[in-house]
Amino acid sequence: MAEQLERRGERAPARFGGLDYAPAPEATDHVKLRADHGLLIGGRWVEPASGKSFKTISPATEEVLAEVAEAGEEDVDAAVRAARSAYTRVWSKLSGAERAKYLYRIARALQERAREFAVLETMNGGKPIKESRDVDLPLAAAHFFYHAGWADKLDYAFPGRRPAPLGVAAQVIPWNFPLLMAAWKLAPALAAGNTVVLKPAETTSLTALRLGELLQEAELPEGVVNILTGAGATGAALVGHDGVDKVAFTGSTEVGKAIQRTLAGSGRKLTLELGGKAANIVFEDAPLDQAVEGIINGIYFNQGHVCCAGSRLLVQESIAEPLVDKLKRRMATLRVGDPLDKNTDIGAINSRAQLDKIQELVAAGEAEGAEAWQAPCELPSRGFWFRPTVFTHVAQSHRIAQEEIFGPVLSVLTFRTPDEAVEKANNTPYGLSAGVWTDKGSRILELATRVRAGVVWANTFNRFDPTAPFGGYKESGFGREGGRHGLAAYLDLSEGG
Amino acid sequence: MAEGERLDVRKTYKLYIGGKFPRTESGRSYLVSDAKGKPWANACRGSRKDVRDAVQAARKAAPGWSGATAYNRGQVLYRVAEMLEGRREQFVDEVARAEGVTRRVAAETVDKAVDRWVWYAGWADKLTQVFGSANPVAGPYFNFSVPEPTGVVGVVAPAASSLLGLVSRLAPVIVSGNTCVVVASETRPLPAITLAEVLATSDLPGGVVNLLTGFAAELVGPLASHLDVNALDLGGLDLALYREAELAAAENVKRVVPPVKLSARDWLSDAKGQDPYWIAAFLEIKTVWHPIGV
Repeated sequence: MAEQLERRGERAPARFGGLDYAPAPEATDHVKLRADHGLLIGGRWVEPASGKSFKTISPATEEVLAEVAEAGEEDVDAAVRAARSAYTRVWSKLSGAERAKYLYRIARALQERAREFAVLETMNGGKPIKESRDVDLPLAAAHFFYHAGWADKLDYAFPGRRPAPLGVAAQVIPWNFPLLMAAWKLAPALAAGNTVVLKPAETTSLTALRLGELLQEAELPEGVVNILTGAGATGAALVGHDGVDKVAFTGSTEVGKAIQRTLAGSGRKLTLELGGKAANIVFEDAPLDQAVEGIINGIYFNQGHVCCAGSRLLVQESIAEPLVDKLKRRMATLRVGDPLDKNTDIGAINSRAQLDKIQELVAAGEAEGAEAWQAPCELPSRGFWFRPTVFTHVAQSHRIAQEEIFGPVLSVLTFRTPDEAVEKANNTPYGLSAGVWTDKGSRILELATRVRAGVVWANTFNRFDPTAPFGGYKESGFGREGGRHGLAAYLDLSEGG
Repeated sequence: MAEGERLDVRKTYKLYIGGKFPRTESGRSYLVSDAKGKPWANACRGSRKDVRDAVQAARKAAPGWSGATAYNRGQVLYRVAEMLEGRREQFVDEVARAEGVTRRVAAETVDKAVDRWVWYAGWADKLTQVFGSANPVAGPYFNFSVPEPTGVVGVVAPAASSLLGLVSRLAPVIVSGNTCVVVASETRPLPAITLAEVLATSDLPGGVVNLLTGFAAELVGPLASHLDVNALDLGGLDLALYREAELAAAENVKRVVPPVKLSARDWLSDAKGQDPYWIAAFLEIKTVWHPIGV
């Protein structure tokens, strides 16, 4: 067995010696880039009051893709008013069945234009086309399709209640799954009968803006969805606006706390989907090859820019060495580079700022005594890149075991007993997700019960579905997205049915 | 005292922490008057340190209580109702005196408090089915979502409804397996302490409910900022203290239920005074995925 592993180990890096893949770039010619973009307010594309804009780039080439408007307080105010007016005059008067039909239309239109959106997502965000094509787009469409069906069935979702919409929802979304997060936010909000002001992340505005155009083509009534581009200040102005009835945020725990403070004492409904430091727990009886694939998917999916990434590998001591060896061999086969190439596994880091943060934490890991190993791959000369990295000899107190790195960096810790695994898994302020790999059903159920996390993947990792509630325990936030539970976040359930 | 008359034995009202009845570590007390303004008894003026002790006791009790079967928790809550019923007369006296209501209204209030425990007892083994789900994901996975208790909950009891209001907020917090630290009504704390005596004799494990008396302005801050508290029910909190409490709560992203305004009448009403969604406010939803056929 050991011999076999050795031989395979020798063979793995062979692709660097001639078994490489030919380039297979996805065509971009059907994506017409617009030079500049306004704000979508009340059904019209308008210039920001300040006239300010900023450039958005491709993180893979650092090439400027477009100029994007920067919304200020006046624009926020205008968008909230537009959303309010659309709510009172149009959207709250429509029947659930009619709202449903709009959402079905949106789902269908996204499916029809999936390729265009996937390419644009990859250009602007740096994620591999394989993922934007096979994960982000299908899931985004599925979210609209799923929630469409709820719009006229809300009375059945909450026993003993007469659900009512809240009014205007302010939604601030992150850059790691730009379109998908927009879908996660918009679909339940609209199904529940709210209107929305959406703010995409500053580095990845383009698919949200194109979604705005798609909503217009679907003839969604004006002002039901308003889209404001901008950075942190725009988001802060939006979530702090008095005319907003509900705030939903996905992003860092730090910003989430700031938003909770902003809303303190207001009684406004808030849901937060924040950071994570998930444990991916592998027991000695786990099918190791499957587990390795799960670990790879857990941490290197989307460059590790995933709040629920399996960034802490907890491996049972008895199999730690062979597992880490297998893992390194597999890592050596990961193709890092042009995200538009259909063979690429790991694309570009989303921004220079994020790359700096990853580099800082990796340096801290080395300084604190952990041992880093990086896949021996070549990186393009332009753009933002980081080699898939694994740290061994990691202690629980290390920053790389406590802080969210949000990059392709895995920290390996070991355990001996299930109790120790649980204790280590729960030993962070976060509680978003966890993975368990074992052949033993009773152990899966025990671990799934004892880890304090909102999503537990057993013998799999990073699976998402609109019917499956997603969200965190502890400092990973509160509220759920998806399923009946996600719907509740956008409804007033105070009235008895 | 006239000859032949018996001198009554007065009760010392203390805190309830970890299943025991300690005095406040601060040694302080404050005078509690009845509804007519007549001095009634001294209550403990709990301190920041008492809050910390209470949170520690609540955390210690969490694994056992959350790990108990739903059937068991239901029976324990029902046992609380039994014990409360047995001491009905004592509570009628105390509620009448604390709230300045007639004995008839006080009796109605105590009866409703008993019934409320019974109502929530029945929820223990229903809430998973009502608030959980099996999820039809688009792939070969067995997928379900189950509610779990949030952890340690800080409860600020309603100020006016000293017994029924407290029971109505406390039962939905603990029925799912949460443990808690309660700040009793500041001006009417005595029925709460007497309730703690009921809890202590109801098979409820020590530390599941910890009850502090004292000044809300002094106790809510440390409770709201305590990093081992996962959620706050500010149902009974004065609006003036709400913002500050929620500001502190953000430090570890606590789930916060805002103040509610219910009158004494409202608490007596089943439509307004009891609600399964108050249980849901202190639940976390856990989604579990497992491949099928692999």
